[in-house]
Amino acid sequence: MNLVITVVGQDQVGIVARVSSILADHKGNIIDLSQRVMTGGLFTMIMQISLLDRERFAALEKALGELEGELNLKIMVQREDVFRFMHRV
Amino acid sequence: MLYHHEEILETVRMINHDLLDIRTVTLGLDLRSCIHPDPQLMAQQIKDKVTTEARKLVAVTNEVERELGIPIVNRRVATNPIADLGAAALAAGHRDFFPLLAQALDEAAQESGIDFIGGFSALVEKGASHADLALIESLPEALSSTSRVCSSICLASTKAGINMDAVAKMGSIIKEAAELSAGQACAKLVVFANAPTDNPFMAGAFLGAGEPEMVINVGVSGPGVIRAVVESIPDLDLGGVAEAIKRAAFKITRMGELVGREVSRRMNIPFGIVDLSLAPTPAAGDSVAQILEAMGLEICGTHGTTAALALLNDAVKKGGTMASSAVGGLSGAFIPVSEDQGMIEAVQAGVLTLSKLEAMTAVCSVGLDMIAIPGETPAETISALIADEMAIGMVNNKTTAVRVIPAIGKKTGEMISFGGLLGDAPVMPMKEKAASIFIKRGGRIPAPLRSLTN
Repeated sequence: MNLVITVVGQDQVGIVARVSSILADHKGNIIDLSQRVMTGGLFTMIMQISLLDRERFAALEKALGELEGELNLKIMVQREDVFRFMHRV
Repeated sequence: MLYHHEEILETVRMINHDLLDIRTVTLGLDLRSCIHPDPQLMAQQIKDKVTTEARKLVAVTNEVERELGIPIVNRRVATNPIADLGAAALAAGHRDFFPLLAQALDEAAQESGIDFIGGFSALVEKGASHADLALIESLPEALSSTSRVCSSICLASTKAGINMDAVAKMGSIIKEAAELSAGQACAKLVVFANAPTDNPFMAGAFLGAGEPEMVINVGVSGPGVIRAVVESIPDLDLGGVAEAIKRAAFKITRMGELVGREVSRRMNIPFGIVDLSLAPTPAAGDSVAQILEAMGLEICGTHGTTAALALLNDAVKKGGTMASSAVGGLSGAFIPVSEDQGMIEAVQAGVLTLSKLEAMTAVCSVGLDMIAIPGETPAETISALIADEMAIGMVNNKTTAVRVIPAIGKKTGEMISFGGLLGDAPVMPMKEKAASIFIKRGGRIPAPLRSLTN
């Protein structure tokens, strides 16, 4: 199951580490990652990952949801199909 | 397959910022297996069947929503016209049982957690059966005593003409429903010309003739996305504007296609259609009026509005058709006044009038929608308003509809509130001269000639 994870929010130490650690815990393999901090300290990160065990989707989403609250970020987890359907004919 | 970051951010922005959503996943559900001469037993069977299937719909759509990260705003059920269920009970001598069936539908909707259930309907464009008439007579009580049941009555078609007896009847039914419910019931009642059989949007969703036992129809929305696109291209000519709208409509519709396929596969129910309709909500920016204004109109309703809307409606259809093998339903731009902040402001500014709205309905989907009129408007005048709109649909071979709300005790300019997606509406003035003699003639306006079309 391929997923796209987007993270947006105020920059702070450890965002990449925390998100990556949760992915590793749920057997999520990072295929592509791009991260930058905009002027004004807005952090953005886009990860494309492969979830080896699709049964873990709900647990992964829950863990990232908790992190979203803890670090006050916006984290979206979406199946890759959303982007394939919208941007590939 | 990897995606460009711009592509990912564009999608995320559409959802988070421009309010792209799946407005509804609507399960079409045939209830004819519930027909029984005993209304109590029939009501129980209806409730059981709807509850069982609707619960599955809610569970599956929740899963799909979570995995795809696209909001699914409403879960709905559309039944076949409930009037068709009543003939056996009428023949057995029972009377006044339709409100009981509405109650069963409402309880099923509440218990299963769906937002609306449509299909408390009758198709009477050429004539009405006893059961059709009984259902129509029951509407004020049935819709006032339930909260999630929606009703549509088809009064006209290009092939049948306009059933003016039914038009006359519906004027007084709408008025009575408003009086019983302070207007709320009328927000759940629509009359149609050329009613589509696969429309997932309320109040007009029902499972029409020729549809399968069960079917998944998806309604996509996204006025905010289109508005953002049009605002971003201030220097393009109108051909360029149409092209940009087509591209955005394609992308929006693809989301409906994806959701429809997923829900259909998981429920093992055929996927019917995607209805790409720009359905505004009271939320800021989620407005069809503001799309037209972004094209260059000072305010919606001024001269040029009909042309701008024609461009929008056509471009939306063209983009949507490319995105799905089965586009259906209404597919176009909706112009409900109470649900669109831009429309409300245009009415309050005195620019958008009923006459202009009527002209706009000739070039977009649906018709006079969520319009509040003075509570003292005579029933015959409401019927005459309906007759005009039916004529536009009949002659132009398109769907048109009327959903007006007589605001009891209120006069022109006052506001009436419906809550939630239905919004607030300013009461609009009606013409005061009568059409009652015309309406009282009754009968049928014959179907129009389809050649010599000038």
